[in-house]
Amino acid sequence: MSEMKKTLTDPIFNNNPIGLQILGICSALAVTTSMSVSLVMCIALTTVVAFSNLTIALIRNQIPNNIRIIVQMTVIASLVIVVDQVLKAVAYEISKQLSVFVGLIITNCIVMGRAEAFAMKNPPFESFVDGLGNGLGYSVVLLTVGFIRELFGAGTLFGVEVLPLVTEGGWYNPNGLLLLSPSAFFIIGLLIWALRAWKTEQVEEPEFKLASHVVAREGA
Amino acid sequence: MSKKDTVGKTIRVALALCIVCSVLVSAAAVILKPAQQANVKEDRQRNILAAAGLLEPGVPVSEQFANITARAVNMDTGEFTDAVDPQAFDQVQAAKDPSRSSPLGSEQDTAKIGRRENVGVVYIVGDADQPETVIIPVRGAGLWGQMYGFLALESDIQTVVGIGFYEHKETPGLGGEVDNPRWKSLWPGKLAYRDGEVAIEVIKGSVDRESSTAAYKVDGLSGATLTTRGVNNLVQFWLGDNGYGPFLSSLKAGEA
Repeated sequence: MSEMKKTLTDPIFNNNPIGLQILGICSALAVTTSMSVSLVMCIALTTVVAFSNLTIALIRNQIPNNIRIIVQMTVIASLVIVVDQVLKAVAYEISKQLSVFVGLIITNCIVMGRAEAFAMKNPPFESFVDGLGNGLGYSVVLLTVGFIRELFGAGTLFGVEVLPLVTEGGWYNPNGLLLLSPSAFFIIGLLIWALRAWKTEQVEEPEFKLASHVVAREGA
Repeated sequence: MSKKDTVGKTIRVALALCIVCSVLVSAAAVILKPAQQANVKEDRQRNILAAAGLLEPGVPVSEQFANITARAVNMDTGEFTDAVDPQAFDQVQAAKDPSRSSPLGSEQDTAKIGRRENVGVVYIVGDADQPETVIIPVRGAGLWGQMYGFLALESDIQTVVGIGFYEHKETPGLGGEVDNPRWKSLWPGKLAYRDGEVAIEVIKGSVDRESSTAAYKVDGLSGATLTTRGVNNLVQFWLGDNGYGPFLSSLKAGEA
């Protein structure tokens, strides 16, 4: 049981797909301008990772090694199309804002990475839990970034006014940079810094060390 | 070679997977299609209502839309036509089809749309002979891409009721402020034509309220000169002779 709990909670902070593995950055930049869009993206991605892991783990003993990647892709792509169709039917407004990014879950490295690294070698239930865990890890980062960007960029949370804007007659002058993609880079960078300052074992060994300066000695 | 890596097994697994996945995907597409189409239609109707300033929150959109009729209009003669079904007609698609659109010279193409469709759709609020409000679709280039919206005019074909964009790629916080309700609230009451010519314009900076032409001018968006120019151009284009100008003037004369 504790093993299962570890599978679920490890990806949230200890082995975060965005924070430690630096995967899935592209969508994290694109969809985090508002909380509601981020939340739907998180739900969509978590569903896809969990179910693609489950499906692939179920058929892992049947998948021939030479076509395993394409089999994983087919499963993931089908799930993503289904999720996209469901969103268009039940949450049309948000699916319009997410536009291509739901489709791009297919190429999200987190989904493929978990399928190849975990689901191919583990039983279905564990794989499903691993998928949920990684989805949650992705969600934690996305929602944090979305919170900062929407609150300070637009003065709202989930579309509800929190900080009254100057343009609406309030006092808060929003930071327009936060609504542009580069700001998500900065925020994710700061988050990774904070995470590694807290959990120092995540800090990578430098690949090489700079040699110390050699002071030329006179006469040498 | 292990047992699951034989050629026969590979082909069998691939086939079985393809069949299962395609059934799943097509089932989802077919089952959800009615709901999706209803959403697309409702979204469009909501945009039209919002542009006209008629949208009431809380009331079902389809109910509010019951009062509105879509009519197809021949863009050159300005007369109503029955050549297409206005409900199903996709105007933007038609503009891309050479057989249903005409190219615009660089002189005429102020909104930078490339080609203009031969038939357009207008939305009439109230009775077709005695319209309360006329809503026309407008589009044109902003800073980053095409902007799509609606412009609503009162029955005098002179006073603006409202404007709204439902799709654009403008910079959030700058050009993206075309969605700002405060900016949109500057439009109602502005006048579109003077002596039969399109006079309304979106200017850079704010309008001098004392000037005699203040009713024809709308404040630009600060920090978004190119978006402002885009809105100005597209509004003038669609109200002008190459846009809905012929239709609007014949409607005003009561001949459409």
